[in-house]
Amino acid sequence: MKMILRNASGQENIRDMRFSVLEDPNPDVGDKSLIIFDTPADISGTALLSHAKILEADDQWVFLPEDEKIKRISSKNKSGSFFSSEFAYEDFTAQELNKYKYNYLRQEPCPNAAELTCDVVERFPLYERSGYARQIAWVDTTYFQSRKIDFYNRRDSLMKSLDFLDYKQYEDKYWRPQLMKMQNHQTGKSTDLVYGPYSFNNGLSENDFVKGVLETLY
Amino acid sequence: MNLCQLLCGLVVGVSALTFGTDVQAGDWRIKGFAATEIRAYTQDAKWAGQSDNTEISVILNPEFRYKSEDRKHRINFIPFVRGTNTDGERSHGDIREAYYMYIDDKFDVLIGANKVFWGVTESQHLVNIINQVDLVEDPDQEDYLGQPMLQIATQQDWGRVTAYVMPYFRERNFAGVEGRLRAQLPYDTHKATYESGAEEWHPDFALRYSHYMGDFDIGLSYFHGTGREPTFNVTPEGKLRPHYSLINQAGLDLQYTTDAWLWKLESIIREGHGKTFAAAVGGFEYSFYQIFKSDMDLGILLEYQYDGRDDDAPITIANNDIFAGARLAFNDIQDTEILAGMTFDHENQDSFINIEAERRFGDNFSAEIRARFITGADEGEDLYEFARDDYIQLRLSRYF
Repeated sequence: MKMILRNASGQENIRDMRFSVLEDPNPDVGDKSLIIFDTPADISGTALLSHAKILEADDQWVFLPEDEKIKRISSKNKSGSFFSSEFAYEDFTAQELNKYKYNYLRQEPCPNAAELTCDVVERFPLYERSGYARQIAWVDTTYFQSRKIDFYNRRDSLMKSLDFLDYKQYEDKYWRPQLMKMQNHQTGKSTDLVYGPYSFNNGLSENDFVKGVLETLY
Repeated sequence: MNLCQLLCGLVVGVSALTFGTDVQAGDWRIKGFAATEIRAYTQDAKWAGQSDNTEISVILNPEFRYKSEDRKHRINFIPFVRGTNTDGERSHGDIREAYYMYIDDKFDVLIGANKVFWGVTESQHLVNIINQVDLVEDPDQEDYLGQPMLQIATQQDWGRVTAYVMPYFRERNFAGVEGRLRAQLPYDTHKATYESGAEEWHPDFALRYSHYMGDFDIGLSYFHGTGREPTFNVTPEGKLRPHYSLINQAGLDLQYTTDAWLWKLESIIREGHGKTFAAAVGGFEYSFYQIFKSDMDLGILLEYQYDGRDDDAPITIANNDIFAGARLAFNDIQDTEILAGMTFDHENQDSFINIEAERRFGDNFSAEIRARFITGADEGEDLYEFARDDYIQLRLSRYF
């Protein structure tokens, strides 16, 4: 996976990383994820392990390869920037149903896919420290895929937009976007997440997402 | 309900759906860095023979890493070398890592030289005992020499247990006669004496348990073998000769993470260095996020250091000290970060000030400034012998 950071004048910085997730079908339990950075070279091997919670702060550990140190970190700051990108930590932790209360708005042609019809839904974060007052999400009525999300900040002004592009189907069932584009309307900065090939059911288990595994990765 | 009904239900309740990206094939990766470093001392040397010159160093630290396609086999080889113009003892090399590791679902085995870190506190690493300190590399005792070992670990639902057998002891290195940051008497580094008749071949043994429960992270450890800290005997020629004793040490490290607070405690009980004693370091780190409506985070650190050792034990400066510090993370693309800290001995009034700042340039370069100052160290106090060794250091690294 690549993360492309772009400033207002279009200058790019690229981060390469590997990303794995253990999804939990229980709507009251968050996913577990592991991100390992390959570039920039000076932080190569740095890993972030997250046990997401629905309405509380997540459990998070970082592995710092320079000192072989594993550090539990505070995740209170879910609205903070994810590694200086335009994504906040809370944008990353999966779009769990129980994280919001919802308000149905309308149907209209989908942004990024005009041939499809989208349900437009307003949603209000239940996590009290969320950086957002509300979000507006477009979900198509054919494949039930997220197409776009507008993020409104605490003062309720439009802050960011996230576009989900290049959906591809894996193993005849799992649809995943190959490109997620986050545009910050207030700073002019943007971040692209370019996903490499996904692989599913690749034998990862709970054991691959425990704190102790950080000692064996690098 | 019996235990299986409960546990088996939990296991079935967990999804089998996992996914990842960029799963790599078995391959070798070559990474690492080369750096140049300038260290300027702000005062003339105190002791006869010490150089007043600015130190210029070249550092090479390549990393060779192999991982098999099934992620079960790993090889690491990380040599390190520093060349310095002033002190022949500071020019040194080491094998930081050279090991083979086999990783299975429930256990892993490592054979070779490795670096292991235990602990949570910022100002001192009491519990961390596997690796010898690379003291000429940095007086902050956060650089370590590679330790030869056989390591066997098992990961269970209730935590990770690791056993270490260490067949060979690494001696601590010290500044040479020309070097700064040494005591008045020069060190007789390479003629160390040992309590064990087997000298550096005494097999050392350690056991570690670590896990987390909710907001608590806990580590328990036990070590038996040659202690990494030396005492010194004065030789007839007037040199300090290191002596290494056999010790037993039990350690606890604990962190409670809540809201923006990290509460930390490390504690040890050690037998074999004078009378059996306890030592502890504890405190907190509190973070203010997105300060002044910027992306910057400010962390405030406060720790207290206690040490109950007597005069027959190796000298420690962390006996009744308060550490206060601040960490400013800019959260910019260059990962700019500044850390400033001060350790204050409230009995002797001497203090140690440390400032570190680093920033990346482009994708592959990084610059780091470190400044260290000692104040108020009068004759007879812990830091007196190093009182004129304040320095400012600039390092430029090229990562590849």
